[in-house]
Amino acid sequence: MFTKEIMEMLTKGIGETLYMVLLSTLLAYVIGLPLGVILNVTDKGGLKPNAAVNKLLGTIVINITRSVPFVIFALLIGPLTKFLIGKSTGPTAMVVALSLSAAPLVARMVESSLNEVDKGVIEAARSMGATNRFIVFKVMLVEARISLISGATICLVTIIGYSAMGGFFGSGGLGDIAVRYGYHRYDFGIMIITVVLLVVLVLLFQAVGNRFASSLDRRK
Amino acid sequence: MENVIQVKDLYKLYKVGDEVVRALENINFTVARGEFVAIVGTSGSGKSTLLNMLAGLEGPTKGEIVVGGEHIEKRTEEELVTYRRKKVGFIFQSFHLMPMLTALENVALPLSFQGVSKKERLQEAVKMLQKVRLSSHKEHVPMQMSGGQQQRVGIARALVVDPQIIFADEPTGNLDSQTSEEIMTLMQKVVRDNQKTLVMVTHDDNLATYADRVFHIKDGQITKIVDNRREEGGKEDE
Repeated sequence: MFTKEIMEMLTKGIGETLYMVLLSTLLAYVIGLPLGVILNVTDKGGLKPNAAVNKLLGTIVINITRSVPFVIFALLIGPLTKFLIGKSTGPTAMVVALSLSAAPLVARMVESSLNEVDKGVIEAARSMGATNRFIVFKVMLVEARISLISGATICLVTIIGYSAMGGFFGSGGLGDIAVRYGYHRYDFGIMIITVVLLVVLVLLFQAVGNRFASSLDRRK
Repeated sequence: MENVIQVKDLYKLYKVGDEVVRALENINFTVARGEFVAIVGTSGSGKSTLLNMLAGLEGPTKGEIVVGGEHIEKRTEEELVTYRRKKVGFIFQSFHLMPMLTALENVALPLSFQGVSKKERLQEAVKMLQKVRLSSHKEHVPMQMSGGQQQRVGIARALVVDPQIIFADEPTGNLDSQTSEEIMTLMQKVVRDNQKTLVMVTHDDNLATYADRVFHIKDGQITKIVDNRREEGGKEDE
């Protein structure tokens, strides 16, 4: 079963999945982190409450995007992907759908991590004359860093799941192999192997995430 | 002696429903440089409102507050932020230290709001921790310290920006009586040694004895001012 071709295919699949997942997570944070900060800051009781911005961003942009199932979302933004990348299949094309669909999740994760920061500490910083910018960068993001890392791990694992669904669109990666061999050709052996590989990836990222988060925790 | 704080005809009124609540009424006093003043009153007496106004966290309804020659009642929000950053140090009842940061980093934090470089921040913080005799706990995070130790970090943090005035809101409210006495003695010593003006709010008459002068406040009005400095005969005015 483990012929040279299959081994090569699996290795390539792992590489493509890692590429898609890591790049998408990074881009999802580039978009989602600022959005999460804005959500938190403009919320009632935030640093600069602004109901209009909060509603528009929270309800319209984020909640609506999040309620579209990923497979549908990937289809819907197909034209955008084609415009940006020039094609709608392959790992790089998939990165567009993955990062755009994960960004709202990231925004919510960041928002809730920032919500956990002790209000007293924020008030204290304000009394000490910290501007809002300093409160965000020097107090909130610093205080929330462990929770932010845990959130990032959850997002990363979710994106691994999404990336596997990309197999239906010829995204490349392990999901693609599972769909082609397992679904279209009834080759359950290879399908199981790809599933096991995906499980290993999830366990690995979760372990690294946990280790990193706990290395930042100096309270112990 | 030079007056650091001058309060004239200060009023603060709140509207609750149809009723007007007089949180502060006709407040007048001055505080000299290097003085330690305690504002004593029960909860709801207006003492915290007064502290908030001196710190520029709340605006008065009427009256003047002059700090270091500047009228702070006329300042915009942005100017008040700068005022607090540069001229004011704060000591809080619940310490409000950042749980993820070490004692040293906590003390250095207010300097980062001023854009001071990291190296310089930490150098200053080391000096401040020496002043509060906590050099042995530089790398401890708040959870690893006792309440008294945390408040000493709080005092060091208030001092690090070299403020004109330090405000303390019930600084020993979360400490046992013995630790409270240690903290009060330390605050007294630190403000004397560093020529700082300290305004403390408390409900505890006992703690107020550490202050040079005690302002008693009731129902929004200063009822009496007691001078504790024996060399001046401990006279009472008003």
